[in-house]
Amino acid sequence: MKVLSRISLVVALALLVGAYFVPIWSIDLEAPQYPEGIGLHIRINTIEGKNPHDLRNINGLNHYIGMKEIQPDAVLLLKLLPYLFGVVIALGVLAVVLNKQKLAVAFLGTFLLIGIVSFAEFYRWEYDYGHNLNPNAAIKIPGMAYQPPLIGSKKLLNFTATSLPTTGGYMMLAAFLLGGFAVLHSSRYCPIDWLRNRNGKAKNDSDKFLDESIIKEVEAITEQRQKERQYVAK
Amino acid sequence: MKTHIKLIGVFLIAAMMWGCGGETKKETAALGLEDVASKVYVPPGQHDEFYFFPSGGFSGQVAVYGLPSGRLLREIPVFSVNAEKGYGFSEETKPLLMTSHGFIPWDDSHHPELSQTDGVPDGRWLFINSNNTPRIARIDLSLFETVEVIELPNSGGNHASPFVTMNTEYVVGATRFSVPVGSNTDVPIETYKQNFKGTASFVKVDPKTGEMSLAFQIMLPGFNYDLSHAGKEKSHGWVFFSTYNSEQAHSLLEVNASQKDKDFILAINWKLAEKYLAEGKAKDFPCEYYHNLMNEETQTAKSEVKKGVKMLYPKDCPGLAYLIPTPKSPHGCDVDPSGEYIVGGGKLATVIPVHSFTKMLAAIEAKAFDGEIEGIPVLKYDAVLAGEVQNPGLGPLHTEFDGKGYAYTSMFVSSEIVKWKLGTWEVVDRVPTYYSIGHLCIPGGDSKKPWGKYVVAMNKITKDRYLPTGPELNQSAQLFDISGEKMKMLSDFPTIGEPHYAQAIPAEILKPRSAKIFELEKNKHPYVVKNEGDVSIERKGNEVHVRMTMIRSHFTPDNIEGIKVGDKVYFHVTNLEQDWDIPHGFTIMGMQNSELLVMPGQTRTIVWEPKKPGVYPFYCTDFCSALHQEMQGYVRVSPAGSNTPLKFNKNEEVAAK
Repeated sequence: MKVLSRISLVVALALLVGAYFVPIWSIDLEAPQYPEGIGLHIRINTIEGKNPHDLRNINGLNHYIGMKEIQPDAVLLLKLLPYLFGVVIALGVLAVVLNKQKLAVAFLGTFLLIGIVSFAEFYRWEYDYGHNLNPNAAIKIPGMAYQPPLIGSKKLLNFTATSLPTTGGYMMLAAFLLGGFAVLHSSRYCPIDWLRNRNGKAKNDSDKFLDESIIKEVEAITEQRQKERQYVAK
Repeated sequence: MKTHIKLIGVFLIAAMMWGCGGETKKETAALGLEDVASKVYVPPGQHDEFYFFPSGGFSGQVAVYGLPSGRLLREIPVFSVNAEKGYGFSEETKPLLMTSHGFIPWDDSHHPELSQTDGVPDGRWLFINSNNTPRIARIDLSLFETVEVIELPNSGGNHASPFVTMNTEYVVGATRFSVPVGSNTDVPIETYKQNFKGTASFVKVDPKTGEMSLAFQIMLPGFNYDLSHAGKEKSHGWVFFSTYNSEQAHSLLEVNASQKDKDFILAINWKLAEKYLAEGKAKDFPCEYYHNLMNEETQTAKSEVKKGVKMLYPKDCPGLAYLIPTPKSPHGCDVDPSGEYIVGGGKLATVIPVHSFTKMLAAIEAKAFDGEIEGIPVLKYDAVLAGEVQNPGLGPLHTEFDGKGYAYTSMFVSSEIVKWKLGTWEVVDRVPTYYSIGHLCIPGGDSKKPWGKYVVAMNKITKDRYLPTGPELNQSAQLFDISGEKMKMLSDFPTIGEPHYAQAIPAEILKPRSAKIFELEKNKHPYVVKNEGDVSIERKGNEVHVRMTMIRSHFTPDNIEGIKVGDKVYFHVTNLEQDWDIPHGFTIMGMQNSELLVMPGQTRTIVWEPKKPGVYPFYCTDFCSALHQEMQGYVRVSPAGSNTPLKFNKNEEVAAK
């Protein structure tokens, strides 16, 4: 692997490790009664309120419409995610230490796979949370589900729910992009080489343009000589 | 024809003039009133610039307003029970109103005083005195709740109170009505001069917790002690008290206590008092008083009976106290921001006398005395006087300062505020008040650094200022802009009870300190329940303790059986909410006490004694949620001696069929 690839990987790994310590995803709930804001932060291993008692208060509000309580310990994905990303980080470390392009590809592939699986699982969890309602709930609106959006905003009764990545999420995204760069850079699709080649080619073209007369002369001479050789051979 | 033209001309001119007149009026309205309106208008959703705390006077409470809007924000119960908040009815708050005279449900609250650090209000606590049964209360300004009350013994009306020293080392109190003190207090009233005494109390304030303790008292002549202020900066270490009835009359005071040309301002050197105390000069004086303190963790107040006080006698303690002659029954006793000037509000005087602290020290040094009273040297009036404000108006009562070199004195009799200049003593402006102003308040106006933007007049008489409400009218406050050279009236707003004094402080100091909830985790109430599953009912003889929870929108338990007539039922109710502004209320049919209003994370207890068998509904009294009307329950009460077993439920959902 090229040096720049390894440096990128090291930065990517640092970002991934950093993402263990900050929230990666944010769900904001806006309602007239909550001018001070209420919301959730998803960390790699747990869900917590943005303010000290937000989770408790959201659970309190949700019981009216029969949503299950969000119990951070009960979310399977968040139990696994620290280990899954542990594997990703381990692959990255090996790639840097052993300087193996194949390991870097494995790092990136695992990262992507876990990313896709996580989003799918997050969606499934949100779906279950928003659809699987207590039939005895006080407020029942036929056809109404309370699934928060995977990403973006959605109006749920008096609340507008907005789901977006936050610090840790952006760190992970940056880590993924850096990993992708590291792999490509050391491959034959190296983006820097490509850029350089493109520039190089342009330069050659301009050389050609500048020295066209000489080239034509050379070509003319070569043609002449070939003709001479043919003539000699005859 | 000519006449016609002339006539038309006259009509035209008249019409033009009429038009002009209308325009001018409109313009005045636009320039004058709208300008004033914009100064007091706080748009919906925006906050006022200042918190304003006038006392409730005979309501016994403290009110909280916003300035400049004059919007009532809250009433803080202090010395009177308040059924709305369960204050003085709940088991947790009842001890706050205990005194050596028993449980006192009402008092007369007079002078709120903000705690200070380096002579500037710091927004930690608000102290207030009760005049009738002498006490000082402390309000925690993160909760806006009374958290401590200390009784002052050997006192007959704690009026000259609770003024603080520069760093809230002490809050003071001096008796308005001198009374016989000590072991024999059953004496003929006509022996006033021999047996009646005044005392000044120095209550120490713990700089960290705010907890008050009576450090010492000073035995004083049997005058009436009216108001007070502590020195600051150069006069830090001294406290000044105004006195009247130096005639020592005990009957028809309105005449008999108004005979002398001069009464006194009493100056006490409290730093020297501390020294004498350390030297053991104080005598143990027998007495009994209550100290009531709210425990933050258990959320329950506890009363403690204290016995005895350290008493200092001026005759044993040279230099401890001096009397400064001050004309005609002074009321206000106000120290300017520099600490140099002590202004006496001689309510019957024709001048406002201003004493100089520097001259006072020089007079003491030079022994410029005019005799002494009970071991207290009387200083010569002229030796201490800095100047007199001439022709200020009638009935000067109370002076505050704007920090820009001016003083503002309320004039009760001539019903006005008079602005005068410190140093030159000349009156520079006066505005009428409606009607008969008592005290006035400039934010920080008795401190080292006044925020001299507004002055609020607290008027004693209201009459026609608002829509009439029968014979009893509210009291009236009036807001004036004092940012310019001339005072300008901005608005009127009604107040609760009868404010005697007030404090105001920039909102930005208090706002960040204001608590939103009580942390349930930190709640160590002996009967707290933190999970619905842990609710319980326990019978101890005829006492039944119900540990109940409330959360949107149900009580747990909500069905209780096995209560009997003759039982004393303690409902210990915990509000499990941890969300801002979600209190729940609790009451039950036949409740002889008040309701409970329980804040998030708080536990409150109310006692109920059912008198006859039946099923009693209880419910939430504070509209808490969309299903507030459903927040209810039942208690079954059986006849005395019956065998109905104690039974309660825990939140069962019954599916719709």
